[in-house]
Amino acid sequence: MLQGNLMTKDNRSRFSRRSFLAALGATAAGLKFSPRLALAAEAPKLNFYNWDTYIGEDTLDDFRDATGIDVTMDLFADNDELFAKLKGGNPGYDVIVPTNDYVERMITAGMLVPLDHSRIPNTSNIDPTFRDAAFDPGRKYSLPYMWGTIGIGYRKSRVDAVPDSWKWVFDSDRYARKIALMGDAPTVIQMGMKYLGYPLNDTDPAHIKQVEEMLIKQKPNVLVFAEDNGQDLLLSGEVDVVMEWNGDILQVMEEDDDIGYVVPKEGGLLWQDCLCIPTGAPHPENAHVFINYILDAEAGAEIANFIQYATPNAAARKLLPAEYNTNPAIFPSQETIERCEVATYNGAEYTRMIDEAYTRIMAS
Amino acid sequence: MDSWRKNPLIFWVFAVPPAAWLLLFFLTPLALIWVFSFGEKSGLIDIHITWTADNYMRALDPLYLQIFLKSFWFAGVTTAVCLIVGFVVAIAITFAPGRQRPILLLLVMLPFWTNLLIRTYALIAILRTKGSVNAALEHFWDWGNGLLALLGVEHLQLLGAQFEPLHLLYNNFAVVVGLVYVHLPFMVLPLYAALDRMDRSYIEASLDLGAGQLRTFRSVVIPMAAPAIVSGVIITFVPALGSFLTPDLLGGTDSQMIANVIERQFKSANDWPFGAALSFILMYVTFFAIALRSVWSARRDAREALA
Repeated sequence: MLQGNLMTKDNRSRFSRRSFLAALGATAAGLKFSPRLALAAEAPKLNFYNWDTYIGEDTLDDFRDATGIDVTMDLFADNDELFAKLKGGNPGYDVIVPTNDYVERMITAGMLVPLDHSRIPNTSNIDPTFRDAAFDPGRKYSLPYMWGTIGIGYRKSRVDAVPDSWKWVFDSDRYARKIALMGDAPTVIQMGMKYLGYPLNDTDPAHIKQVEEMLIKQKPNVLVFAEDNGQDLLLSGEVDVVMEWNGDILQVMEEDDDIGYVVPKEGGLLWQDCLCIPTGAPHPENAHVFINYILDAEAGAEIANFIQYATPNAAARKLLPAEYNTNPAIFPSQETIERCEVATYNGAEYTRMIDEAYTRIMAS
Repeated sequence: MDSWRKNPLIFWVFAVPPAAWLLLFFLTPLALIWVFSFGEKSGLIDIHITWTADNYMRALDPLYLQIFLKSFWFAGVTTAVCLIVGFVVAIAITFAPGRQRPILLLLVMLPFWTNLLIRTYALIAILRTKGSVNAALEHFWDWGNGLLALLGVEHLQLLGAQFEPLHLLYNNFAVVVGLVYVHLPFMVLPLYAALDRMDRSYIEASLDLGAGQLRTFRSVVIPMAAPAIVSGVIITFVPALGSFLTPDLLGGTDSQMIANVIERQFKSANDWPFGAALSFILMYVTFFAIALRSVWSARRDAREALA
């Protein structure tokens, strides 16, 4: 299903056929016998499990030309799909791209192998603020791939002013029936926490109840809890304000000048997708070579330029145009970033509380 | 049966593959989920089978019962609409000229060749505020206004100052439309099969003996099609009850069905035992419906044997 959960990078029909063909090509190429590295310890192959349209157009071909390793790329639609697929044992992936809280989940569950940093010298290209992370102290298991925020996408001609508060989607009838929230239990409740002035990862049942009551009260004004497609609803004029991932809104901003994006003044969610090696990876050596290649300045610049997400690769940013580096929807101001928080894995009890609260909101 | 006994080899050659298939790809996964429904989560990925009934007790919470009821309501309305529309379509196909019948049947089945997701997105394009339905209505509105202008009364704004699009999407109406659209062939096909096989002379006899069209339909056609109606109702109702894509994509803020809750248990909520218990409650309902059907048909057979 296209259950849109932590990240939504489909709805890019413009690209999906191309990436499908690329994956197909990579699969076919993987079947060929490559004598060049026949003596190496590992077959020159790599299985990459990635989000849709989340890699440079020629990155995988360039990588094969540079190293002789054929990459087969499979695509997942959300972190839950990735987690569910690896939960019963790794079906053969070497490199995966989970989001921060799922990195934490997978570390807890012993589903990732520690990285050998001595084999990834390009780590030095990473911006120092990303070289450590609360969800993975010392970056033992993960290296950053792309990052971004959740905020409000809006139609400029239909709003009174920039809707720079969560109030406009959570606690106001100004845009009644022209509001779309995200159909993802943790995200919608965590943004509610930010609006009410609590920490994003607040696990206090009383505060969760408070967010639940606020959302039940707001429901008549909300058109839909969108599955993956908030940006399409905004583009087609179905709604005027929508809670969404910045990358999704950026795509529709390219098609329509009347669309804007803002991280509300209460702060939003800061996410980070990471490169990790899952336990049981058949080609761990190649996986290190691949991760190192992705963190290269030129390869990183090509990817970021193509997918238009914020790269943590400082060396790559130097190669990219000002248009990319100064776009506030890609790189929010330092002040904004400081008001945002990163979601953590808050335990099974919390997950259940959040799911029950969401079920009650949807059933009320 | 005798011939099978004489040729045991042929029997096994034909019986083993489907039986193995059924066992491997249907009964085994089903048994696994059934066992999960008596389990408890421990940590993120492990499930301990403790034969606890907690998951079922939790499913009986009024919150979930209310969602079950709502799902029954959605599936029931869908089935009723499908039955009415499906009967009309099946009769139309039955009485169509012989050459057209295969084409009409093909038209009923054609949507099956397209993925459900694509069909649902197509419905979104048709129903949304700036979709096909509203575009057509706006066209009519323009024509109406043009006509009023010709009559010189456009200043009265009889059709409103501006066109007000209908809100057809993101509500329970859209969910029912989507479910009917998806499940209609399940109703049409068994009804058509029954009506096609029906002996037309009964209808002629009924009409000759003075019964009206309606009376003939009620007292002759419906009783003869009854087994097909029951089959059609079951194979429409059961999958409609377990839909999650349609309410997800077409529904509004209060269109949650039980399958949406189940899906979340297997994904974001990461609570497979509870999801398994909810699935099995749905499954028990299905079994119950099928059991009712066989009791009903056994009684009917007994009655016919007596008559």
